[in-house]
Amino acid sequence: MNYGLSAAWSIAWKDLRTELRTKESLNAAVSFSLVVLVLFSFAFDLGREELRSIAGGLLWMVFLFASALIVNRGFSRELPNDCLDVLVASPVPGWSIFLGKAIAGFVLIMMVELISLPVFGIFYNIHWDGAFWMIVFVAAIATWGIAVVGSVFSAVTVNVRLRELMLPVILYPILIPLLLGAMQLTGALLNRESIFGDNNAWLRLLIAFDLIYTSLALFLIDFILVV
Amino acid sequence: MIAADAADVWKYFGDYPALRGVTLQVAKGSCLALLGRNGAGKTTFLRILAGLSRAAKGDVKILGAPARDEAARRKIGYLGHGIGVYDDLSAMENLLLFGKLLQLPDPKKAAEESLERVGLTRVRDGMAREFSRGMRQRLAIARAFLHQPEMVLLDEPFTSLDDRAIHVLQTILRESRDAGCTIVMSTHQIREAMELATDVALLERGKIVHQGPQTPEMLADPGWLYRQYGEAS
Repeated sequence: MNYGLSAAWSIAWKDLRTELRTKESLNAAVSFSLVVLVLFSFAFDLGREELRSIAGGLLWMVFLFASALIVNRGFSRELPNDCLDVLVASPVPGWSIFLGKAIAGFVLIMMVELISLPVFGIFYNIHWDGAFWMIVFVAAIATWGIAVVGSVFSAVTVNVRLRELMLPVILYPILIPLLLGAMQLTGALLNRESIFGDNNAWLRLLIAFDLIYTSLALFLIDFILVV
Repeated sequence: MIAADAADVWKYFGDYPALRGVTLQVAKGSCLALLGRNGAGKTTFLRILAGLSRAAKGDVKILGAPARDEAARRKIGYLGHGIGVYDDLSAMENLLLFGKLLQLPDPKKAAEESLERVGLTRVRDGMAREFSRGMRQRLAIARAFLHQPEMVLLDEPFTSLDDRAIHVLQTILRESRDAGCTIVMSTHQIREAMELATDVALLERGKIVHQGPQTPEMLADPGWLYRQYGEAS
């Protein structure tokens, strides 16, 4: 178990190091998020009430599309030089490879979100009133779910020719429950509501989604990697 | 003692049987050259031995353990078609990463020794993507032999190597074989392979049609074995 966790960390560290050197997906995801947020702010002249009703949805649609750019690179990063073969042939358990990929994906998506949130605040005239860090908390829970499901389907589609197209097509429908929860909680926080009162069910939905898909992924990944 | 034991191994790609009941035993400390024409099933078989692919039927054991067991994979060094190193990491970072994944007691020392062995100490901090093809191949060799494996599986190891890399690989393979390491290599470059091989197996359309010790005829005439079996069918 300890070996598996330390191997997962080594793989995550390798992915983060190579991504921060090349910035292949990070630049694309950050640029995409910022451009969409800015364009939407110019495209719609929203009043305060309208903004409150759609802000959560808008933010999470942007995060979701940006995340696809990050998770798409998860396993395809191993394709040049057949590095995935070397990882799978090594004693590292399949779940460690997956966990390393999910951790790296989580960190990179969180970076995109942490850069985008202040920009969202500026262009949409958001008064955080202490909600910023609670939104980051909700984002962290939802992002783990995106990173986990994204990493699994990144492994599934790694040898598919049109994987950039295939991954979002498979990924988005599965993420609908998670997306609903994240949108509701973010909207509630922007409306200065608590996420622990009436919205508690949405929070539990996010946590349950994370737990179920993480367990499934850890269990199934060997059957995906070795065929 | 048997290092690799494959019994009645079948593998299908769709309906096509790429391997048809391959049964092969590799003695510990031997060097097996796995020969065969393109599409004969050499790579498929090596991938099953390396635990990269599951057999549809049959049993594969590596050093007494099933091929997908962690214990078996810990003892294997694998060098496939790709070099298996990360372009955006330095030579040293690549070997340190694999040293950690292989749980070596001192990954840094092992990495330094491996780089010296393949003559890449001078460029240890250079990015793999900046290396010439020959240097990248030598880094791949260092990676495959980093943990001094008990068994190495090599898929076309001499293909597109420069003279220096061929020499480095042959030297390391010879030293490893002499130290008791078991080697299984698929190859088309029969002359280079025969210099090292103690045993030869010929795969023909997914079946082993010959397995036995290397003979003087094979060494003198690389095409001899193909004429005996492959081209007759």
